[in-house]
Amino acid sequence: MYNEKVMEVFKNPKNVGEIENPDGIGTVGNASCGDIMQISLKIENDIIVDAKFKTFGCAAAIATSSTATDMIIGMTIEEALKVTNRKVVECLGGLPSQKLHCSVLAEEAIKKAIEDYLAKKNA
Amino acid sequence: MERKPIYFDHAATTPLCKEALIKMTPYFTEIFGNPNSQHYYGRESVKAVDEARDTIASLINAKPNEVYFTSGGTESDNWALRGIAHARKEKGKHIVISPIEHAAMLSTAKALKKEGFEIEYMKVDEFGLVDLEHLKSIVRDDTIFVGCMMANNEVGTIEPIKEIVQIAHEKGAIAFTDAVQAAGVLKIDVKELGVDLMSMSAHKIYGPKGVGALYIRNGVKVESILTGGHQERMKRGGTTNVAGIVGFAEAFKIAIKEIDDNFNYVSSLRDHFIERILSEVPFVKLNGHRTKRLPANADFSFDFIEGESILFSLDLAGISVSSGSACSSGSLEPSHVLLALGLEEALAHGSIRFSFGKHNTKEEVDYAVEVIKESVKKLREMSPLFKAEGDIKYV
Repeated sequence: MYNEKVMEVFKNPKNVGEIENPDGIGTVGNASCGDIMQISLKIENDIIVDAKFKTFGCAAAIATSSTATDMIIGMTIEEALKVTNRKVVECLGGLPSQKLHCSVLAEEAIKKAIEDYLAKKNA
Repeated sequence: MERKPIYFDHAATTPLCKEALIKMTPYFTEIFGNPNSQHYYGRESVKAVDEARDTIASLINAKPNEVYFTSGGTESDNWALRGIAHARKEKGKHIVISPIEHAAMLSTAKALKKEGFEIEYMKVDEFGLVDLEHLKSIVRDDTIFVGCMMANNEVGTIEPIKEIVQIAHEKGAIAFTDAVQAAGVLKIDVKELGVDLMSMSAHKIYGPKGVGALYIRNGVKVESILTGGHQERMKRGGTTNVAGIVGFAEAFKIAIKEIDDNFNYVSSLRDHFIERILSEVPFVKLNGHRTKRLPANADFSFDFIEGESILFSLDLAGISVSSGSACSSGSLEPSHVLLALGLEEALAHGSIRFSFGKHNTKEEVDYAVEVIKESVKKLREMSPLFKAEGDIKYV
């Protein structure tokens, strides 16, 4: 059902955890749907210098969390906001169709974390 | 992978036993005749099917002409429910089933609802046991069908079928049980249970896939769902699966011969497993009934983590299990069985079914416990729902 790349990332996910005193944090999903994704960011001069995730969910949710956080480290927030679920899925070499919503969660979690950062910055 | 994956998914299917395979083999090649044919080849196949029917009938205390071969549990369930509904629709349109039935029943009930039948569900308690008092209160004079599985495929709870049958019969309803998980595992006497129809399947008891049976008590009228030729005494069309039927009978015969030994051995593995998990893994819940339970079944909900990720984590470590019912693994909904038992959705999402078999060993169980501890710990460290890492002890 999953390709080797997805299983490999699921087996050894990167960026697991939570950044202390994050500059931005976003949590999306809910337990009743079986997926919750939290992404926390460390941002310096509008550049994401570190990203970590915590995910309650299936193998696809964990793999997309790892890949999405990996992709955005080093990006400006503008670039990170352009990371779509399709790009995350491409990077994983595809996902089964019924699992595509997991990649949407990753995109949403990144957006929410950046919004949180911007809200704090402008407060 | 150094070792062959450990198989703890016997409720999904079992490997074919060698005895059945040997018995089946000639019916694929030399004795290949269609039992409907009049000639030598046909007659030889008829003999084999008749013998298998006699065997299976005797193992459940039925008469041979009360056993109808089907393509498996799903067809038997479909036939029983749809066949009774259509045969008795003049008497009433009220159908009562348990909420923890297999999808084969639930989906058929849904389809019947569209045809105008009224579907009402029994209540089950937190262990999955049917509430008999509630059942009494909902079965009516116009109830035509009361159906409940003998043992649940997901949580393993064994239901009080005899009592359910009595309640159904008091109101003149037909009583059905799905014994797909129970036949060959629990001792079944259809006459003593009083049940009118009963589904069985071969591949859950080391028989071949694609074959099962429906017991229909003599005198009970059921409409056909597979219309065709004259097979199965005009009640079920389709060329007879001779080899499958021969394998089914052989596997069933062996299952009954070994029933006590298997029950004791498999339940001892299961009990050892349950004890270790409950004492060594924090925040875990055993689903189903502690004693009224299939010998092979251990179903757990692990707090803070999701079942599919546990499944693949164990799969990577060489342990094959199922998350909820294998049939529902394609869907994203949490298990309907666990929700009926009153589990919160998050906990229902975190459920894993372990089902043991006669070839499993205590060593495999102990290895699995260690892997589960590691996997659960790792996944919890990834979970945003899990906040108290420091307070949790994995023994």
